[in-house]
Amino acid sequence: MENIQLQVSGLIKRFGTETVLNGIDLSVRKGEVVVVLGPSGCGKSTLLRCMNGLEPKSAGTILLDGEEVTSDSKKIAQLRQKIGMVFQSYDLFPHKNIMDNITLAPVKVQKRSKKEVEQDAERLLKRVGLWEKRKAYPRELSGGQKQRVAIIRALCMNPEVMLFDEVTAALDPEMVREVLDVILELAESGMTMVIVTHEMQFARAIADRIIFLDNGKIVENSPPELFFTNPQTQRAKDFLQTFAYEKRRTAIN
Amino acid sequence: MNLNFDFMQKYLPWYLEAAVLTVKIAFFGILLSLLVGVVCSVVQYYRIPVIRRIISVYIEISRNTPLLVQLFFLYFGLPKIGIVWSAEVCAIVGLAFLGGSYMSESIRSGLESVEKSQIESAASLGMSKLLTMKEVIFPQALAVSVPGVCANVIFLITETSVVSGIALADLMYVTKDLIGLYYVTDEALIMLVVFYLIILLPISIIASFIERRLRYAGFGN
Repeated sequence: MENIQLQVSGLIKRFGTETVLNGIDLSVRKGEVVVVLGPSGCGKSTLLRCMNGLEPKSAGTILLDGEEVTSDSKKIAQLRQKIGMVFQSYDLFPHKNIMDNITLAPVKVQKRSKKEVEQDAERLLKRVGLWEKRKAYPRELSGGQKQRVAIIRALCMNPEVMLFDEVTAALDPEMVREVLDVILELAESGMTMVIVTHEMQFARAIADRIIFLDNGKIVENSPPELFFTNPQTQRAKDFLQTFAYEKRRTAIN
Repeated sequence: MNLNFDFMQKYLPWYLEAAVLTVKIAFFGILLSLLVGVVCSVVQYYRIPVIRRIISVYIEISRNTPLLVQLFFLYFGLPKIGIVWSAEVCAIVGLAFLGGSYMSESIRSGLESVEKSQIESAASLGMSKLLTMKEVIFPQALAVSVPGVCANVIFLITETSVVSGIALADLMYVTKDLIGLYYVTDEALIMLVVFYLIILLPISIIASFIERRLRYAGFGN
């Protein structure tokens, strides 16, 4: 396959004696949106964290544009500029206002001019309706607003790939939408993304491909329609069943 | 109590001069101890091998020996191995030796209070370790460290009274001198207390003001 942006092969990750990822092979094409699903503790987050070198891998290779991602390499800081990552807990810098949160890394790391970065930030903040908050501090924002800022902060580095690690898991239900809309828009603009989420509807809508992870292995790798209507493995069926059960309960109520 | 105000007025210049010395020793001693504190806390924070062990030993020695003993060691001990420092230098170095460990522990508690996710989020933005320390960890740590650091500053200023033990004419020394010479215990002690209060009260007030500001500015996520 051509245009492969992110290539994971034979990835193994152990914490002590526990094997969290047990031989992951995965390639993500340019502009593709891959959603990683799976029961909690299956290694979804670990997979993402390995992809940008936050977790040192035990074995295997991860290539971004043909460059090896290793957590111990001095080049990792360089490489991370190409991989944006957004976390569940937003992790904005609490002592900096919104604009400074966004411009810090592009200015100090990429040595771009502050003016140019601020123009980028302005465009993006306006697009998500948070331009008025540019002078506010993170504590003054709601969870959903913080998460949108966190996405913009990552985007201002002009990454080639974006990783989303359960970015709506800590949000109140009514705030989930505003964040997911931003990610949807991003997908339409052709950004390559790997998304870990528990929002099944969202996964179905945004994914080009669903990866179902269980016990540190990819057990399904299929288009969303196939995965949600006709999962190939019993494990995936059971997993989807847990969500269907929720639905039945609300139907009774 | 009948106070001899003429006496107090007469020896006011002595106290003023001594106060200047006290402030000078405190100022440079505290500045140096902050420097030592920052270096030690950062080494401990990053768990830099070997140096970290050396610093742990230093912190234990520093915190578990009295300042007077440390000063005696510097002033009477070091000359025996050929290092002769003036009493003033000994006082400043002694204060920094003592204060460095206290400052280090206060600053370290601040550094360690910064969540790991903050560091990871900085890393994911391609920030280097140094840049992360400077822009992300340190400013947040400061807010947590300040109350401890302020308490240490006040503690170290009061500790300067010990330098009279190596014949430096600080406030304590002048007081003991005057009592010894003229038996004017009440007057001398009152002036001593007043002078310490003049030095320390404003610092206490400024410290609590800064602490309040930081608390209200409370970063909180």
